[in-house]
Amino acid sequence: MQSAPRSDSRVTIGIIALAAIIVLIGGAFAGLALEGARDPSGAAAAFDFYLFRVARFTLWQALLSTLLSVAPALLVARALSRHPGFPGRRLMLQLFTVPLALPAIVAALGVLALYGRAGYFAGILGKLGGGEWPGIYGLSGILVAHVFFNLPLATRLFLEALGTVPTDQWRLASQLGMGAWPALRLIEWPALRAALPGVAGLVFMLCITSFTIVLTLGGGPAATTLEVAIYQALRFDFDPARAVVLTLLQIVLTFVVVAVLTRLGANTVGDANLPVAPRRYLATGKVEAVLNAGLIALALLFVAGPMAATVFAGLEADLGRLAGEDAVRRATLTSGALSFFSALLSVMLSLSLIAARRALALRRRVGSAMSLLEHATDTGAGFVLVVPPIVVGAGWFLLLRDVTDIFAVAPVMVVTVNAVMAMPFAIRAVRPAYDAASERHERLCLALGISGWNRLRLVDWPSLRRPLAIGFAFAMALSLGDLGVIALFGSDSVQTLPYLLLARMSSYRTADAAGLALLLGLVCLMLVIVADWLGREAKA
Amino acid sequence: MTNNGIAVEKGLAVTLEGVLFSYGEASFRFDAEFAAGRITAIMGPSGSGKSTLLNLVAGFESPGAGRVLIGGVEVGNTPPSARPVSMVFQENNLFAHLSVEGNVGLGRSPSLRLTAADRQAVAEALARVGLAGKEMRLPRELSGGERQRVALARVLLRDRPVLLLDEPFASLGPALRDDMLDLVAGIHAERRMTVLFVTHQPEDARRIGEDMAFLDEGAIAARGPATDFFDRSGPDAFRRYIGDRGGRVAGSQHIARKRT
Repeated sequence: MQSAPRSDSRVTIGIIALAAIIVLIGGAFAGLALEGARDPSGAAAAFDFYLFRVARFTLWQALLSTLLSVAPALLVARALSRHPGFPGRRLMLQLFTVPLALPAIVAALGVLALYGRAGYFAGILGKLGGGEWPGIYGLSGILVAHVFFNLPLATRLFLEALGTVPTDQWRLASQLGMGAWPALRLIEWPALRAALPGVAGLVFMLCITSFTIVLTLGGGPAATTLEVAIYQALRFDFDPARAVVLTLLQIVLTFVVVAVLTRLGANTVGDANLPVAPRRYLATGKVEAVLNAGLIALALLFVAGPMAATVFAGLEADLGRLAGEDAVRRATLTSGALSFFSALLSVMLSLSLIAARRALALRRRVGSAMSLLEHATDTGAGFVLVVPPIVVGAGWFLLLRDVTDIFAVAPVMVVTVNAVMAMPFAIRAVRPAYDAASERHERLCLALGISGWNRLRLVDWPSLRRPLAIGFAFAMALSLGDLGVIALFGSDSVQTLPYLLLARMSSYRTADAAGLALLLGLVCLMLVIVADWLGREAKA
Repeated sequence: MTNNGIAVEKGLAVTLEGVLFSYGEASFRFDAEFAAGRITAIMGPSGSGKSTLLNLVAGFESPGAGRVLIGGVEVGNTPPSARPVSMVFQENNLFAHLSVEGNVGLGRSPSLRLTAADRQAVAEALARVGLAGKEMRLPRELSGGERQRVALARVLLRDRPVLLLDEPFASLGPALRDDMLDLVAGIHAERRMTVLFVTHQPEDARRIGEDMAFLDEGAIAARGPATDFFDRSGPDAFRRYIGDRGGRVAGSQHIARKRT
């Protein structure tokens, strides 16, 4: 039976939000299809050896990055779970959440500042290799940056998996006198193995759609992925036919990966939760303790290195002059405004979908199947992950290039695409709170006739403002650090901080780039710290 | 005072005519008339349809077939807030982020724009339920009993001819529950609204129930004056439900109090 009132404004607004998202994604596809139809022979000709090589490298670097991130993460997570109480453990885990907040271009710069040709380690590395250190552009640079991002992520996810082992099993193991090896084989490995496909899949997905890292650290046709090739086809070679083919290939690739991931039950949105350490009942031997300590220290150095390098290199820059520069000021303002509106739009779209989904679920008969609309509001938002920002940007780029000045629409594209891309994160932050509040308030609102604007103002806003603020901060950090859309649409008149950073990097003004990276990294980090703090307050 | 053209000084009869409703596997059929201005205690095993009956009257559920009438007017398509009905739930009667005054004031204005007269009325309703001066408290600063008193204050302010109580005092201790029941009885004596009162406690039904309805397997199995239900002549199914205390009328309340 219908238990909600027959017409619900929440459903209407949800449909509008959904339509807006469909227009954004659909418009991109239309652009691609039109371009493909205009020049089919050109598209066919684009299937050449270059394309094959790019696709192969895309998969190859993703595979290597996944291996190099996940295998050490297994060991580090296990080591961390064996020692739940050492001093600084909490701090270390917090440090491991930082890469999630750090814009990719900042991390890339940190990696270069450390291992680059003129990096802090260049001297030592050169002596070790006997000769001058060539720097780490190319595959090695991409791998180091990907591992920097994904090793901490995988470690945290594995640690969470180990946290699901019931305490009683540990009690039992200690009673039975299990040593480290049997405990690993019988207790820890089953938990880790269950999490392995999901974690590996998530990391693979993140690496296959990685744009900024490959753009800044990769180089030449030998180290180019599909996303970077799309960007180059549009911005440098202006070869629309090739861009269409590359984009289609990228969509097929991500679609296949996501389909396999969903089959494996992977969680395609990385989580920022800090796992708590449950009590352990197993004693650790001396040898194991030393090994674990070494392992943890290595991981810590690897992750902390580029961050520290970012800070030091940034402080060496002439920050005073940078702050006074007109271009920097304008880029800061542009970045601030665009990411603000992007986050606002993201949160509004997310809330609309969440509320519509809840209203539809309430209206549905118990035991009956979900309608298509409810499915769309439920899982549809997650599907935007299949379509990377570069793809959406490329589609609109092709669609609009004859109609209007591409660079004039840059702000609109940056705001909308980033808003939609941040939606899965915003939805994760808001949906549980909305559903719980609705559980408590739904009948009361109906009984008292509180609906529409009154309901938003009196009931939903007070109970949702914290989760909304969390979603907003995440979305803003994400949008602030994004280089995907602006790389396509950016110009001298519309520059964001990451775009300016890239420009300074390309013109070898390394000190400027380092200073900007420090600024950008700090702002993003602050946003995520605020979100984290709000989240903890909300739980208390 | 009027509400939607219906005079609300007196209670209104609540009628369910061949009402069919299904919820997942369970299905219900209700045929009953609850007389205007009486307190009817509704009892029955879990899943027998007590809350469903109330939800149908309140408008949270719509019948698959049949008619729900309040005061002779069919309310089938009327949204819950437009029905001449107030309801108090077991919990979540209050918005946790709104003050006591706000929570009660919502009974007067869903946009919470309260005039000075409204505030005065809120203060009077709160005084009536024993919460004078607690206007600015937040629900979390109140005890469980006080929270339900706030809900009752809102019932007073809304002043609807039908009051539905869905186990509102189930989580309170025995002495407190008796106080609350007496408060309901007092309000009923002033306003003479029709009260449908779902409870699991026979002593609650005995304390304020004038009539009884016993639900079993999705339908009303027995009805009658409360006094008849609790002596030996009560319906068999009801006596089985409440157990052997049905035979010991004089002592039942006493024993039940010790048990809870």
